[in-house]
Amino acid sequence: MEEEGPMVQLKSPRLNEVDLQETKPEEPAVLANPAVVTPNAITDPPEEAVFSISELSLWYGHKQALGDVTFKIPVNRVTALIGPSGCGKSTLIRCLNRMNDLIPGVRTIGVVSYHGQDVYAPDIDPVEVRRRIGMVFQKPNPFPKTIYENVAFGAKVNGYKGNMNELVEQSLRQAALWTEVKDELKKSGLALSGGQQQRLCIARALAVQPDVILMDEPCSALDPIATLKIEDLIRELVKDYTIVIVTHNMQQAARVSDYTAFMLSDDRGVGRLIEYSPATDVFTNPKDKRTEDYITGRFG
Amino acid sequence: MATAPVVLRASGRVAVRQAVSRASAYLFLGASLVGVFVLFLLAYETISTGAGRLSWDFISNYPSRFAERAGLRSSAIGSIWVLGLTVVMSLPIAIGTAIWIEEFAPQNKFLTIVKLNLANLAGVPSIIYGVLGLAVFSRFFGFGSTIMAGGFTVSLMILPMTVIASQEAIRQVPSSIRDGALALGASQWQTVWYHVLPGAAPGIITGIILAVSRAAGETAALIMIGAFTFIAFDNTSPNEDFTTIPIQIYNWTIRPQEAFRQNAAAAIIVLMVAVLSLNLLAAVIRERFRRS
Repeated sequence: MEEEGPMVQLKSPRLNEVDLQETKPEEPAVLANPAVVTPNAITDPPEEAVFSISELSLWYGHKQALGDVTFKIPVNRVTALIGPSGCGKSTLIRCLNRMNDLIPGVRTIGVVSYHGQDVYAPDIDPVEVRRRIGMVFQKPNPFPKTIYENVAFGAKVNGYKGNMNELVEQSLRQAALWTEVKDELKKSGLALSGGQQQRLCIARALAVQPDVILMDEPCSALDPIATLKIEDLIRELVKDYTIVIVTHNMQQAARVSDYTAFMLSDDRGVGRLIEYSPATDVFTNPKDKRTEDYITGRFG
Repeated sequence: MATAPVVLRASGRVAVRQAVSRASAYLFLGASLVGVFVLFLLAYETISTGAGRLSWDFISNYPSRFAERAGLRSSAIGSIWVLGLTVVMSLPIAIGTAIWIEEFAPQNKFLTIVKLNLANLAGVPSIIYGVLGLAVFSRFFGFGSTIMAGGFTVSLMILPMTVIASQEAIRQVPSSIRDGALALGASQWQTVWYHVLPGAAPGIITGIILAVSRAAGETAALIMIGAFTFIAFDNTSPNEDFTTIPIQIYNWTIRPQEAFRQNAAAAIIVLMVAVLSLNLLAAVIRERFRRS
């Protein structure tokens, strides 16, 4: 114990300095205090809602990760979830298709209503939920199989009866990948570049013919050109699908989203929804001081 | 400002530390050579004694009370039967257990106990499995001292090894693959069947081959269930009595005549070649799948 003493002392002043300068400019406790709710900071969109989330809280074991999140996600729009690392945005998006079920020790209370049905109701089957609500992950995760098999897999396991070749082509076209891979459908999905892999994962999700596509930081492992392609694709897909995207890149949220939700963890590390409005309002005229601080780069 | 010349050659305490470091390398080399030396000595002894007896007749003759006419025919066939049966019985049980533990089992105390016991079972001496096999398979199920009883006993004995190897192979499949499949609306079984098992197959097969190649040398458990018998016919069904190469080796080494010792050495060479071939097969399978 005695040996540890001086080391901690050496380290801590430097850490504090960084903390003060970069993450918590003033009164850190108040910054994300859930008691401080700015009026009208959370305004639900006028469009028909696909998801209606109310008082959603989530615990990983004893650690609470989400607290009382309430908002509505509109149909055929891009809704972006932004906020600093660890604010619960990935946790929140994974609640929408019950991917959090796969993590041991997760407990959820509140309602995630999808077209009027609570996806957490006891008689709801997560497999039915997930085939309607597709997901694209942070790191491209094509199966170690051919491009064709990657796209066909979801349709196959869901009992698709139509023409599989047509479905694969149509899905790859929708994901703006067809022209690049049409002559090498038998090639392994892993042989593609990172950006192509991510578009393959999008094609794979589209082949199940979902209603909603969730994207959990889909561009964070990609270079700027591949990122731009995915962003163009998102704007194209939103004509037919409802898209929810998690991103830590504010420029990306500003470019692609119609509505933006800003999240922040409070002093206990519980993720809270701070502001939710049309993207233009969030980025040009934020109602909450904490949103303004974040988007102007004062912390996070 | 005048500065002292910089000395980068090892001197003083650094020189001493480096000398100790170099010496330690030789020490560890020595430790490694002990094992290699003993292995070479054993191999040399065996080959020089037994090589002269190796011939096609030695493999194709039945055992005999005349050393120069005795051969491995019935024991080799018995070994192949037992090991074949072991593979057939181990594969589904090992894979099924490993899938349950890794993919389906609820994470609770019971599972922890099961996992702990698997590791413990791997360390139980084989004679204990022999006693168990005698009581359960030979007596209770009435298999007697047949290939069936031997196969069940050996499968049970290597089960911990095969299960643990399968578990490790299943854990090697990245969880992002599972997430990807589940997010497409695949059920848990579809995810396991289409993605986890194909990914884990090379590891599982390799692990089972290695476990079987260790079981190829198993003697004690099989003697316990009564495989120490004189067999002068070819086994054609699992309901027959049998013997195996290691038991034949044991049989020959306890004879007083020198000629039977030579037979034992020759049989050891045959067994070693067989085990090495199995290990090589496992290595080939592993490499083949790793590249693709």
